[in-house]
Amino acid sequence: MTRKRRRLYIVGGFMLIFASAAALVLMAFEENIVFFYSPTDLAQQMAKQPMPPNRRLRIGGLVEEGSLGREKDGVTITFRVTDTVEVIPVRFRGLLPDLFREGQGIVAEGSMAADGIFVASEVLAKHDETYMPKEVADALKEAGQWQGKVNEQ
Amino acid sequence: MSMHYFANPTRFTRLAGRIQPWAGGLSAVLLAVGLYLALVAAPADYQQGDTVRIMFVHVPSAWMAMFCYSFLAVASAVALIWKHPLADLAAKASAPIGAGFTFLALVTGSLWGKPMWGTWWVWDARLTSVLILLFLYLGYMALWQAIEDSQKAAKAAAVLALVGAVNVPIIKFSVDWWNTLHQPASVLRMDGPAIHPSMLWPLLIMALAFQAYFVALLLARIRMELNLRRIRALRLAERAS
Amino acid sequence: MESFMQFAEMGGYGGYVWPAFGIVLAVMLFMWIAGMRGWRKSEQVLASLRSSRRQREDISE
Repeated sequence: MTRKRRRLYIVGGFMLIFASAAALVLMAFEENIVFFYSPTDLAQQMAKQPMPPNRRLRIGGLVEEGSLGREKDGVTITFRVTDTVEVIPVRFRGLLPDLFREGQGIVAEGSMAADGIFVASEVLAKHDETYMPKEVADALKEAGQWQGKVNEQ
Repeated sequence: MSMHYFANPTRFTRLAGRIQPWAGGLSAVLLAVGLYLALVAAPADYQQGDTVRIMFVHVPSAWMAMFCYSFLAVASAVALIWKHPLADLAAKASAPIGAGFTFLALVTGSLWGKPMWGTWWVWDARLTSVLILLFLYLGYMALWQAIEDSQKAAKAAAVLALVGAVNVPIIKFSVDWWNTLHQPASVLRMDGPAIHPSMLWPLLIMALAFQAYFVALLLARIRMELNLRRIRALRLAERAS
Repeated sequence: MESFMQFAEMGGYGGYVWPAFGIVLAVMLFMWIAGMRGWRKSEQVLASLRSSRRQREDISE
């Protein structure tokens, strides 16, 4: 075995071991890396081990069509976050990002209240990976070919 | 023709001298065309309006950030295994360029995130792993500075570069492996690009402009590192005599 | 003039779009100038070192 070949094996083996170690660490810490829970994730989590109330967490999903409402005070808004399987009602008071609208993906940070409503302190908008001019989007919608990534969140 | 053909520094310098002005000129032309397309010709996005124009500098910066690191890691591996005389210098020369592009990807992403997501920064897997990339570049450059003996510095820096290479696939696939605020890939994905051609072309032209810029600047920096090595050798010889 | 104002406004997002393009061009220009200047300077230093060395060799002969 030449010295070059030996060095090649050493470097290759080192990389392989290091990459596997990194993969194991990432898998072990998956729960900490995930930025938000989907409503389904949260429901499963609650069924397994109920979370203490007021624990800070983030939930993410789509703002359900027709769910957006305003409370009597005029500033608090309510809506439901869905992943088309489970639904979480959310209450929020504060500034909304420009992209926030029904059908839009969002991530909300806050905690579960005792009445089962998620009280958010911050709402962020999440957009998908499709980009197109408005005319194309309108034409697609008109032709009934709109696939809007609703189910891919 | 083997890889070692261009390992010869004199031959490399001659070839670099020929490529460098072409790459620089190509980059300038593509950048001018790309900027016009990005700022004027490309349409606004149906959802994101004119903020989508930030994509035309953000995405090429992020691609270059990852490309430079891949180049740095491969050059470091070649240096460690085959002791290629130019590989260490090529890796060293590429680091500041990669750090610059990583910084730009982070800043432009922040300027895009504030109006669209509603935040400058979040600690999701994509953003965090790109920040780690910036630290890897800075650490790599600091290591070269910190170790006096350039042979030892090259070896230590190369090992760090290879360790950090694990981060590159993590950045790329972070948006698929974990829930992130950052959206998944739009161009390099299984089902083909999810960008309308009227926006894809300006993006690709900008990406090409950045790539040509990288080639021209990298060649100049490698030639500088070569000169610095020769200068050091000459000064050492002088002191010895 | 009006269309220029409209262009500069970027649909109300000019405050984000222009700084993004500005910083990209500024950093790329800075890296370019720093890189090219460093390279040219290294060429000069190397050339002067080599010529002074040659001169001394000529004298010593």
